[in-house]
Amino acid sequence: MSAEIARRRWRRPPILIQSRAWRSIIYGGALIYFLLAIGSIQVNWVRVYEGLERGWRFIEGFLVPDFTSRWGDIQVGLVESLTMTVTSTVVGIAISVPIGIGAARNLAPAPVYFLCRAIIAVSRSFQEIIIAILFVAMFGFGPFAGFLTLSFATIGFLAKLLAEDIEDIDESQAEAIRATGADWWQLVNYAVQPQVMPRLIGLSLYRLDINFRESAVIGIVGAGGIGATLNTAIDRYEYDSAGAILIIIILIVMLAEYSSSHVRKWVQ
Amino acid sequence: MSGARVTPVWQHRTPKGRLLLWGGWLFLAALFVYCWKVMTEGTIWAFVYDAPSQAADLGSRMVPPRWSYMDRLWEPLWDTLNIATLGTLLGIVIAVPVAFLAARNTTPSARLVRPLALLIIVASRSINSLIWALLLVAIIGPGLLAGVIAIGLRSIGFVAKLLYESIEEIDATQVEAVRATGASGAQVIDYAIVPQVLPAFFGIAVFRWDINIRESTILGLVGAGGIGLQLQASLNVLAWPQVTLIFIVILATVVLSEWVSAKVRHAII
Repeated sequence: MSAEIARRRWRRPPILIQSRAWRSIIYGGALIYFLLAIGSIQVNWVRVYEGLERGWRFIEGFLVPDFTSRWGDIQVGLVESLTMTVTSTVVGIAISVPIGIGAARNLAPAPVYFLCRAIIAVSRSFQEIIIAILFVAMFGFGPFAGFLTLSFATIGFLAKLLAEDIEDIDESQAEAIRATGADWWQLVNYAVQPQVMPRLIGLSLYRLDINFRESAVIGIVGAGGIGATLNTAIDRYEYDSAGAILIIIILIVMLAEYSSSHVRKWVQ
Repeated sequence: MSGARVTPVWQHRTPKGRLLLWGGWLFLAALFVYCWKVMTEGTIWAFVYDAPSQAADLGSRMVPPRWSYMDRLWEPLWDTLNIATLGTLLGIVIAVPVAFLAARNTTPSARLVRPLALLIIVASRSINSLIWALLLVAIIGPGLLAGVIAIGLRSIGFVAKLLYESIEEIDATQVEAVRATGASGAQVIDYAIVPQVLPAFFGIAVFRWDINIRESTILGLVGAGGIGLQLQASLNVLAWPQVTLIFIVILATVVLSEWVSAKVRHAII
């Protein structure tokens, strides 16, 4: 008996799906889908081959970026993007704090809770680009439409995470404050706010970072910012300018990420 | 005054703390006002004041959605799904080695390779898939391939960042145990590291797939295939009832994919 066990080689158990039948069905289905999906891509290889030269030029443009010849345009786009980012983050936070408090089950009565959750759901379900298309149609081209788009998108993100954070607070602290006879405002100010503040600051910085990245995109549909400059540069096949813009975007994002991680460490 | 001791009143913050706080708020307010002024310099306020009537006008044009247009949306929808799925796969294939090179405990050289891997991650993360698509459409031409590669390139950073963080958080004792049996480097990765990060990996992959569905719906705006192409075509001819229908379809797809990804992640983790 023990000799038989000893002779048996150990085999690694399969990952995820233990049943052999289900495993073959699911993997087989995945394979069929994969082949179908590959088949649905029609590639014009001649066009790809012709494009390779352009691709090479783009890589060259990225390696040897041209900051100077379109510097005026880049500067205007950058200033628009940065100001848009700051204003929309501030306004977005200012709106999402009350909504976030309203969407926390332990602070808000049921009607307020459902209203705030509905606002969050609406804001989260549409992406920035689609909102930007609508706002550009309503408010005209330019950074103002972009500002509104980013503020709107900030609400869904920040209010949801803030609400979840408030729901996760240490209840005993809230109870202690309540036991002193504090009213609702005092409860929020002395029991909830100190507990969620570090995370709120962290999330705000993170959202600032996201808003800058998004501001580079919504320009494509006319909402101003560095995205519009980038779009123009690519349309003109000026890959060295496009490379310069991308490098600037990457640098700013890196800087924002680096400094925000430092600030978060300092706050917590 | 001299005899009576003033009972100290409890205050929330020290005077220095209060001063700092006020200074911070003042700085923030000043920055906001300044940015607001710079940003709105070029704004034509007539358009902004006009917005409610524009919105009402747009609303009246957008309803009812043109349901019959749905016949022509099934195929782009299938394309969108394929862009997201194949793009996610492409991203994962590249992201996994990058993640192992970037994780502090598996990287071959912390001096040389790790910063390079981190640079790849940051570059991929900071550029939105729409911008990648814009570039790729210019380079390899419009179509699904550009969309797939754009989604893939954008996914590398996301997947690699989350994966390398979870690789760094693994239990080192298991690695040591496997190494003590005389396992080679590849075997250590296979038997000690992979099993530990696998649940996190599947979670990340499904999560990214969900995000990619969302992003691939709009890639068509720049010509990279999927339902966004129809959106762009409808916007160009100001066919707002069709735009409404496309928005509804996108919303339904996004909600569905979010539901699927939540279910799958729940089942795995």
